[in-house]
Formats: sequence, structure tokens, C-alpha cells
Amino acid sequence: MANLKFLLAGTFFGFILIKAEVISWFRIQEMFRFQSFHMYGIIGSAIIVGMISLLIIKKYKIKTFSGDEIKIAPKEFTKGNVIGGLLFGLGWAMTGACPGPLYALIGSGLPIVIVTLLSAVFGTYVYGLLKDKLPH
Amino acid sequence: MKILTQPWPWYVAGPLIGMMVPLLLLLGNKAFGISSTLRHLCAACIPTKAKFFDYDWKKEKWNLIFALGMILGGFIAGYIFKNPNPVALSENAVRDLNNLGIQDYSGLIPLDVFNFSALLTLRGFILIIFGGFMVGFGTRYAGGCTSGHAIMGLSNLQAPSLVATCCFFAGGVIMTWFILPYIMHL
Repeated sequence: MANLKFLLAGTFFGFILIKAEVISWFRIQEMFRFQSFHMYGIIGSAIIVGMISLLIIKKYKIKTFSGDEIKIAPKEFTKGNVIGGLLFGLGWAMTGACPGPLYALIGSGLPIVIVTLLSAVFGTYVYGLLKDKLPH
Repeated sequence: MKILTQPWPWYVAGPLIGMMVPLLLLLGNKAFGISSTLRHLCAACIPTKAKFFDYDWKKEKWNLIFALGMILGGFIAGYIFKNPNPVALSENAVRDLNNLGIQDYSGLIPLDVFNFSALLTLRGFILIIFGGFMVGFGTRYAGGCTSGHAIMGLSNLQAPSLVATCCFFAGGVIMTWFILPYIMHL
């Protein structure tokens, strides 16, 4: 039951993704063609709100609801940021979805997206097998 | 009711998405990110000896439960409170997508391209299965996706996330402008 809050948070997030239309293949195409401000407005304002909230959390040393100190692991620099990033970008423009939207799209009643999700799981699996042979 | 079925403008939806960052931290010290769920699914479901999947995925159960919630949220927003109108694309986008051969604008994705019978065509296979593979392979190799790098990472002023986000974008632009036209006309 401790995880119920994450179920609710996920539901909230899935709901927003659909209403924001950021899960739409059409909207992703429009973004990569620079034909609408919609996606840029969403990603940009999300980052600004996230940034300000982290500044507030750090400045006032705000704790979690259960009283723990908030810790965020830093991201590591690897060659994967570039190579993996480019590969994901190619896939993003093909499927019109990053991992989060895949879940929300399946829920919205599009079973074909289950195939895309399973392919993405398989892609992650292949990465796991090849990890030590890839440049990092 | 209208507010539940209509799409929301960017200045409402964007800040709400940004609020996920502090929300997950306050709820349980969790860093916002979705692509890790793909790794947990591998660790949980695929028998393998690979070191990359040899960890206690149950400790990351919250992430999978969060993803389950996203399916539920997608159902509520996209099925129960479905927007009856097509996505309000810009005229230029519709013109370009028409040129790519897309005719069905009724759903959130072009249903004439993404459907089960299309899986048997080369175009459908590339866009759905190979595209999905690239999403899973690329995000894990990059160490995150749009949520983990672009939103969480940039919010936390992480330089690697800036590099990754620029590369996500470059990859998308390359695909859209130089490769997709060929795939669409296969």
C-alpha cells in the first residue's frame, strides 16, 4: 500500500500527458519540423518549474513527507549521452513516443503501442547484453 | 466536462509536468524518470545472466507502479474523457504530413500507419518495431529519456543531461527531415 501514492502520481502524469498531446505522433512531427510552439512551450515551462522547485528544495533544505533528507544522484558524463541520445532521437521521431508516452498511449486504447513498448524493452535488453562492448 | 475532454494549452500542461519533479522527491526521494522501467521489466521478466540486469528490481518497484498509473491515467484521459476532435495541428504540419501520405488524422497517432496489419509491411515494421527498439536501446545507452534527462536532469542543472537532450533533438531532426520521407514512401 506504500506504493499507492506512486500509482496515483503516475495516473496524474499519464492524464496530463494525454491532455497535453505530447504523446501524439503528430505533435512530435510538428515539433521536429519547427511548425508549432506547443511542444517547446510544454518542455520549456516544465523545465523552468522543475528548476525553480529544486532551487527551493535545496535552499530551504525541504525534506520528504516522511522526513528524510532529499538526495538527487548526479548524472554521469558518458559517450552514451551522445551516441545513445542520437539513437533515441531517431526512434523518437519514428515512433512519435518516448518511454513515458508509450504507457499512456496503451492506456488510451491503442493496443498497437504494446508492440512498440515490447520492442523498446527488447532494445533495452540488447543494450544490457552489449553494454561492456559499447564505448562509454 | 469540457475541461476534461479538451486538450490543455502548453502553459497549463507544461508547469504540471514540471511539478512531477518535486512531487516524486517529496513522496519518496524518487528522481523523475521513466525509461528505467524498461530495464526493470527486463530484470523482472527475462531470465538472463547479464550483469546489467542482476540487481534487486523489487527495490525499484515504485517506478513500475508509476508506469502502471500512467496506463490508468492514459485510459481516463484518452478513453473515458477522449477528445472527440483531431489534434489541432498547424496548417504547415498538415501539408507536410499529407505529402508523406498520411490520411487519418482522427486519433492521437496516424492510425493508417500504426496498426497491426501494418506490422507486416516494411514501413510498419521499421516505424513500430525498429523505432521502438531504438527508443529502448538509445534511452538506456544515453542514461535517460525525455523525463530523466530533459526534464529532471536539466531541472537539476546536469551538464550530461544538456548534452543528451541536444542529441535527442538532433536525432529527431535528422530522422524527420532526412530519413522519414524515404521510410514513409516504402
